[in-house]
Amino acid sequence: MIRRALSLYLGLFVLILVVGTFMGAPFTVRLCVEAAAYSLIALGLNIQWGYGGLFNFGVMGFLMVGGFAVTFISMPVNMDFWSSEGPFLLFRVLLAAGVGAGLVMGANRLHRLGASARWHRTAQVGAWILAYIIYRSQIDPAAAYIEAEAGYVGGLGLPVLLGWIFGGVLAAGIAYIIGKICLGLRTDYLAIATIGISEIIRALIKNMDWLTRGTLTVSPVPWPVPKPQDLQELGMETAASFIYARGAYLIVVILVVLVVLFLIQRAYGGPWGRMMRAIRDNHIAAASMGKNVKARQIEIFVFGSVLIGIGGAILTSFSQILDPGGYQPIHHTFLIWVMVIVGGAGNNFGAIFGGVFIFIVWSLSANVSQAMFVSLSGMFESWGWGAIPDVESRSLQMRVFVLGLVITLALRYTPQGLIPEVIRRHGDEETKKATPKQA
Amino acid sequence: MALVKLDDVEAGYGGAPILKGIDMEIEASDIGVIVGPNGAGKSTALKSIFGLLKVTGGQVSFLGEDVTNALPDRLVPLGLSFVPQEHNVFTSMSVNENLEMGAFIRRDDFSDTLDSIYDMFPPLKEKRWQNAGELSGGQRQMVAMGRALMSQPRLLLLDEPSAGLSPRYMLEIFEQVVKINASGVGILMVEQNARQALAFATKGFVLANGQNRFTGTGRELLDDPEVAKSFLGG
Amino acid sequence: MNELIFLINKVLISGTVLGSIYALGAVGITLIFGILRFAHFAHGDMMTMGAFITFVLASIAAGLGIVAPVPLAIVVLPLAMALAAMMALGIDRGFYAPLRARGAKPVTLLIASIGVTLMIQGLIRLFAGVQNRSFYEGTAKQVFRIDVPFFGATRPIVFTEPQVWMMGLAIVAVLALHMFLTRSRLGKAMRAMADNADLAQVSGINTQLVVRVTWLIAGTLACLAGTMLALDVSLKPDLAFNIILPIFAAAIVGGLGQSYGAIAGGFVVGFAETMSVFNWAILLRPFRGSLPEWVPNDLSIVPTEYKLTVAFVILVIVLLVRPTGIFKGASS
Repeated sequence: MIRRALSLYLGLFVLILVVGTFMGAPFTVRLCVEAAAYSLIALGLNIQWGYGGLFNFGVMGFLMVGGFAVTFISMPVNMDFWSSEGPFLLFRVLLAAGVGAGLVMGANRLHRLGASARWHRTAQVGAWILAYIIYRSQIDPAAAYIEAEAGYVGGLGLPVLLGWIFGGVLAAGIAYIIGKICLGLRTDYLAIATIGISEIIRALIKNMDWLTRGTLTVSPVPWPVPKPQDLQELGMETAASFIYARGAYLIVVILVVLVVLFLIQRAYGGPWGRMMRAIRDNHIAAASMGKNVKARQIEIFVFGSVLIGIGGAILTSFSQILDPGGYQPIHHTFLIWVMVIVGGAGNNFGAIFGGVFIFIVWSLSANVSQAMFVSLSGMFESWGWGAIPDVESRSLQMRVFVLGLVITLALRYTPQGLIPEVIRRHGDEETKKATPKQA
Repeated sequence: MALVKLDDVEAGYGGAPILKGIDMEIEASDIGVIVGPNGAGKSTALKSIFGLLKVTGGQVSFLGEDVTNALPDRLVPLGLSFVPQEHNVFTSMSVNENLEMGAFIRRDDFSDTLDSIYDMFPPLKEKRWQNAGELSGGQRQMVAMGRALMSQPRLLLLDEPSAGLSPRYMLEIFEQVVKINASGVGILMVEQNARQALAFATKGFVLANGQNRFTGTGRELLDDPEVAKSFLGG
Repeated sequence: MNELIFLINKVLISGTVLGSIYALGAVGITLIFGILRFAHFAHGDMMTMGAFITFVLASIAAGLGIVAPVPLAIVVLPLAMALAAMMALGIDRGFYAPLRARGAKPVTLLIASIGVTLMIQGLIRLFAGVQNRSFYEGTAKQVFRIDVPFFGATRPIVFTEPQVWMMGLAIVAVLALHMFLTRSRLGKAMRAMADNADLAQVSGINTQLVVRVTWLIAGTLACLAGTMLALDVSLKPDLAFNIILPIFAAAIVGGLGQSYGAIAGGFVVGFAETMSVFNWAILLRPFRGSLPEWVPNDLSIVPTEYKLTVAFVILVIVLLVRPTGIFKGASS
């Protein structure tokens, strides 16, 4: 097992070297930064799916939350907003939301005052409607005012690393709410529910222009390390500035990944990890042994989402732009799933390997498939069939097809992934290959 | 020739075998009753005949043909029918549709069989358009047996047909079992109400720990003091 | 009374159109769920695929110089539905059946169906490009305007030819499905298997055959729904992927596995969407003079940008309040 993992990682290293030789160092360092961020995200999903057996098809939503969080924290302060009526209006929105929440909570407690079930239900519905109206009556004018006067609320001008942490915190909060609502559901419902929630998050971030500038995008989002432009100002050459700046960024990201990996490996080897596996494999038995299954599942869902949120924040800082239109379920949800499935659900090293490997293959496949199709088109032309129209945009779609094919083939032929889960049994030092999880 | 023959059958659910080599033989004229303590492998024996679990040793044959580990879609056309103990009706379908489903393998006109089943269980005729899920336990058991008879089986396997029924319904079901047998259908059933069932059994099998302990006619088993003491509660 | 006409056009007609499409899609999903117990995520793309098959066949027919009094898409639809059904069967054989044979969990099948989704999307974009197409290139969409000469209304009720076809064919499809499920031997076997798969097997029902029939029906209905949607709006590769969530919402609202529930769920979701983005302030216009100043001009329940989220909010409420769907208990 260990030997297999080592040779796979060695292969990955060679692949990166080959890419570096052909594509140049600046490109390769950029690739590595993004691949490292994706491996963090894959770790997060691996915790949820591989450890907890929880379905999260809303990865995209959490990435967007992380991206928004770091933008909000690290962008410079927008004085137009703070010197306008905006903060006061937002304070009123907050007040309205508080009043609404109070109404709903009051209605939820109505049965304690002896209201009949029917009255209770009616009051709850009424409270929700009233709360919604109160909130809308404040937010609509506030949003219109801010967009007209200040563009958007701007950032807080705080350090980027704080923004990454806030990305994790915000993702945790949202994951907690989703977990409370959805984790009791059967797995297929949870899958649909998480897809839906990520679509709602996308709709919100895309349309709340007063907060996120929506499709107008926010840039440039700051870096935690000097940017290439900063180095160039100090007199460094262009190529070297890219390598050093991105290299510094890469080191920061790798440090984050290593710290996270260390923490979850330790947690997973301990009683917490054993309990998680017990819940995943047989939650009824685990519940009968007095484990609070739902609370543990929420815990794991929140924890995984934190990593996904941080990963999303890292990606957004690195690309220097928050563009809600750029998020697609294919790239930001399903690709991550392929990483975890191919890498090996339940094994952190598998998830990291899958994250880096699949991301590199995915990124390079754009060039490869375009080259392939352009030459194919040329061949058709020379045979007198005529060139393929829109060959550039079409060739990219080949990748989507291959992605789908990889999912179905991996499920069929290597359901446990390239580096499968290793189960250390109690009192059994020898590691055993996991029994198939009937994946 | 024996209708069904179990020869040293071993079977289980994947772990340790539950049946550790049992023998049984039923003729078309027989009512076979399997009794024994809980966990003796009574239901397992029936399921091993009907291909619902893996037979790991020995042989099951039906009319001389080897049907070890054959699946229901082969067994039903051969003339076997099985009435499970639980979840034995389609609750969202009408009584009539339940019976039709029993005749799925038949491509001929089965209205005669349908009529004969309504004659056998008059309460069902009144409720033929009602959903089976709305019926009482005893009526459901009638639907389940009727469904199994629609394929015109030669051998009917019944898994605890009287479970959860009132004594009145139990006697009614047993009466029908005897009648079905009189019409030329072999019966093999598992029963908890051992005394009542052995009273009309032509063959009784006492199982314990996945093995045959006593075999004989129902009368012989009832009269055997050791069987009575150990398995029939004195 | 122009305001009322506006309400009919924007809510009643749009809701019916949207509801029929959702209903046809949700029935397919619910049938597959009932028989195979997994959420078939690729259903939306089977709809898109069906629409493209129809489009290709219609183009071929036009190229052959075939002229018909109805849109060519309708003429070739039966053939397209047959082809789509065969493709659905092929997808099952190629990608789902091997997993089932291994005894894979429903969750694995769900992930596999996402793989199938990506494959269909990739292939469609590869061969057809990413642009929008219209079934009505060259010919104009026929628009019906019905004047309502009452109460001083001057605006007509407006609907288009494909919308009429859609409602008609949706009714036909639902009736045909109803007859199949309640009258035919195989249809009853399908209900039996959805009700209790073990007992169906014990009864000697050929469950493999039932599975094949389920895919044929699901493929046929998906092709119909996809074609109708493409006729009404336009044909694009992400046509149905965008409405898979409301369709799932419809199926879950109706109670997964319940065919009639899915139809009702489709209309519930369809009307909820059109009603929630409708600007109810329009209905107050005649009374504008006697209303206080603070009544706003926009009284839509949610802004139009959030239309797609309406289905999901309904879904969450149903899952919280009644997870088995609102039609559980009704016989299917």
